[in-house]
Amino acid sequence: MADRAQPLSAGLRLGAGAAVLLTLALTLGPLGAVLARAGTFAALGPADWAALRFTVAQATVSAALSLGLAVPVARALARRRFPGRGLLITLLGAPFILPVIVAVMGLLAIFGRSGLVNDGLAALGIGRISIYGFGGVVLAHVFFNLPLAVRLLLQGWLAIPAERFRLAASLGFGPGDIARHLERPMLKALGPGIFVTIFLICLTSFAVALTLGGGPRATTVELAIYQAFRFDFDLGRAAHLASLQLALCAATALVAARFTVPSAFGAGLDRPVARWDAGGAGLRVLDTLLLGAAALFLLAPLAAVFLTGLPRLATLPEPVWRAALRSVLVACGSTAVAMGVSLPLALAIARRGRAGMLEVVGMLPLATSSLVTGTGLFLLLRPLASPGDLALPVTVAVNAAMALPFVLRALIPAARDLEADYGRLAQSLGMRGLSRLWLLTLPRLRRPLGFSAGLTAALSMGDLGVIALFADEDHTTLPLQLYRLMGAYRMADAAGAAVLLLGLSFGLFWMFDRGGRADAGA
Amino acid sequence: MLVLENIVISGFFPAASGRILWEGRDISGLAPGERPLSILFQDQNLFPHLTVAQNVGLGLCPSLRLTAAETARVDEALARTGLAGMGDRRPRTLSGGQQSRVALARVLLRSQPLMLLDEPFSALGPALKDEMLDLVSDIAVETGATVLMVSHDPDDARRFSGETIVVAEGRAAAPEPTQALLDNPPPALAAYLGT
Repeated sequence: MADRAQPLSAGLRLGAGAAVLLTLALTLGPLGAVLARAGTFAALGPADWAALRFTVAQATVSAALSLGLAVPVARALARRRFPGRGLLITLLGAPFILPVIVAVMGLLAIFGRSGLVNDGLAALGIGRISIYGFGGVVLAHVFFNLPLAVRLLLQGWLAIPAERFRLAASLGFGPGDIARHLERPMLKALGPGIFVTIFLICLTSFAVALTLGGGPRATTVELAIYQAFRFDFDLGRAAHLASLQLALCAATALVAARFTVPSAFGAGLDRPVARWDAGGAGLRVLDTLLLGAAALFLLAPLAAVFLTGLPRLATLPEPVWRAALRSVLVACGSTAVAMGVSLPLALAIARRGRAGMLEVVGMLPLATSSLVTGTGLFLLLRPLASPGDLALPVTVAVNAAMALPFVLRALIPAARDLEADYGRLAQSLGMRGLSRLWLLTLPRLRRPLGFSAGLTAALSMGDLGVIALFADEDHTTLPLQLYRLMGAYRMADAAGAAVLLLGLSFGLFWMFDRGGRADAGA
Repeated sequence: MLVLENIVISGFFPAASGRILWEGRDISGLAPGERPLSILFQDQNLFPHLTVAQNVGLGLCPSLRLTAAETARVDEALARTGLAGMGDRRPRTLSGGQQSRVALARVLLRSQPLMLLDEPFSALGPALKDEMLDLVSDIAVETGATVLMVSHDPDDARRFSGETIVVAEGRAAAPEPTQALLDNPPPALAAYLGT
């Protein structure tokens, strides 16, 4: 009976209505302000064209490399079982909540001017490579999106029924035949969606371009908005660039909406696929090398940050601790807002039983970027307060909005199950309003609520986006403070702050997620 | 397939036309929980995250804010259905028969004039099922309730003697005395019974 629309109760209608209004105010409101300020689409200058070209080029190459490298790694993971396999798969989920600025620190320690790789190259008498510019931006994007692509592809492999592999084995298929008949069709079906998803992430990524890009040849549109805003305080140009970015993102999001991409957080990923074709020594060596290289690529940068940063933790200057406290408060604030908005939205969507306008509203933040929203909010709120005073509230709001699509993706299926399993019983007993919320909804949705609250808190904790537009000395968050330490070449303090940030992000995630699991009862 | 929610009186299924009168009062617009009836579904009759006593207590007050007297009534209902001392346990720690008893204890407390049952014991073995049907009939006598049960098993119908409505090819026939109906079935029922 799940497909039958149930009338929404007055309380839920009120909550969902408020949630929709808030979401629209945080997405369409700022977009409207940006478009109004930008006025007519004036001709793009050469610098704008360069930013547009660079943005699309780095996103294309990043998405292609991430996907291309993910295929052999995911295949190796799918067909091998070894100790630590489950841990490696969990680790592949970590970059999602890893603060970008921390990863950049790690990549600098390995691939930077005086990093391990360059020292090695110099020892061999080969010239040094530079991590800044196109190569560095792509490297960082691959670092973040290769694991995502591997997890998504792994789901594709696991979705191939085990019976097919058994049938293939009984027909004497070799690895080549399996690839042709089983794997390539799956890759063809999943590949485009994963590519577009990563492409969209790379279009809107700001912190990577801020730290590793820059200059006339390596500026993304998102970074150009920041520079117009922050350095030139040219609001017209910022609005102009923001509308360009908006068009780019909205067009990509429309394309992305045509593909279904499995959730990257699916359970049961540690189940290996039974294979009879991959026993050859050559393939075994190849898979071992691939998995080792992938693990090294992901772990080495983080290990480098840890080793340099951990000893500095105790001697971090006081402003860093103050920024950390501010960040924790911002993270908790965004989590509260995101949960308050998404729970009524998810319940209303589940009650309606089919996808509709509510779901579109919830996914709107995917089509915008944090700097576009930030620019718009600044234009809207400028008459009311000074940018410094707005910095933290605006960051809370934007972080909550940006997390909304991920939270809804976790909550909606659970809310649908809840409605299908216990909706009738609750109705037959006359459970409504707050008693239904306390006695049924919150206890049954505890797990997805805890998980998505953890995601939101960690994303918000590590976010270096809109805060960079607004913050003055008194309103910095920890990621921004870390960026400033790096800019001042205080690398040891920066590494200490990075360890602190890493610990707080993962700690917040763990705390909320754990809270959702504890005493789940039944 | 006939399921209980598809019966208009349950409140889960809107009537295409007409209205439902109960003791002269129009109840067509009432939500399922406000109607003068208790329902036992085929499955999912208990909330797994609530204790046995809480599940039963929902029959008295949907917000579970129970007075001391009401808590005592919950204990009484548990004792009456053979579940004394099990109030603090979670449903999944009980056997299938005990879980059915919890749901019946709640029906007993709600004490509504109409009991709707949708093959509620089809997952139980024959002996246990008979035991539950006897408990249903005891509770119905105690609370003076009318029982409306959906079943595919003619033996269930015989147990309650009463009257039977045959539903075949999308039409519900008028109620007839069960014994006579089963002894001398009309063609549609005969085809179903295979006699």
